[in-house]
Amino acid sequence: MNTLEILFYALSVFAIVSAIMVLVSKNPIHSVLWLILVFFAISGHYILLNAQFLAIVNIIVYAGAIMVLFLFVIMLMNVQSDKEPQKKLLIKFIGVLSGGSLLTLLIALVKQTAQLEGKQVLMKEGTIGLIHPLGKALFNDYVLPFEISSVLFLSAMVGAVIIGKK
Amino acid sequence: MPIQYYIFFCLTLFSIGVIGVLTRRNAIIVFMCIELMLNAVNLLLVAFSKMYNGAALQITPGSTAGIDAQIFVFFIMVVAAAEVSVGLAIIVMMFRNTHSVDINFLNRLKN
Repeated sequence: MNTLEILFYALSVFAIVSAIMVLVSKNPIHSVLWLILVFFAISGHYILLNAQFLAIVNIIVYAGAIMVLFLFVIMLMNVQSDKEPQKKLLIKFIGVLSGGSLLTLLIALVKQTAQLEGKQVLMKEGTIGLIHPLGKALFNDYVLPFEISSVLFLSAMVGAVIIGKK
Repeated sequence: MPIQYYIFFCLTLFSIGVIGVLTRRNAIIVFMCIELMLNAVNLLLVAFSKMYNGAALQITPGSTAGIDAQIFVFFIMVVAAAEVSVGLAIIVMMFRNTHSVDINFLNRLKN
């Protein structure tokens, strides 16, 4: 086993364990902190794939901005974890069962697919994840969606202010 | 690294997100599980982009095939940021009206 595989397995196990802890934790603040760890693991996967721009953006936008917003809202509400309503055990069991069957079904489908046999992912090489080719593609081929996304942000901001004011 | 490993990993993360949406009643946790599902899809898009790019690089050196997927991931992050700001505003409004973040209170919408 070479270094890349060890890193891949370590990051994957780390991400999955943290994702399970997001669900298991009773306290919402602990859930947020575990979710930040999941995002860091996914950023590590991006770095393994040499998608450096997305790794940094993932940390800045998700771990830095979105999760801080979640933390602010949770602390603003001051939700007590012992008062938090729980679903019935039967509903929980059915939820886990249906999620597990979804996972089993999809994995069985992927295992059967002949087109994916022997396809390799290019790791730690390739230049398409760097900021120079991405910026060229973004401002040549995708400049209209880029500008429209600024309008989307503006509308989201106006919507959040209007919803929060009344 | 074979592409199947990445698919299995991302499917596992996605299913954990689905289970979270189905089993939790706290609206904020449900929202966080949706973020988890979005991130699993993002990682899978990047993995497919690198798979496609690796195949194209063997034919034409210096090819940028597959870069579209990474731009898609960038736009998904943009949409997720906008979605979170509006969604959290809705949750705060719901907390102000019902003093709880229990999603079962939202069934009042049907009357």
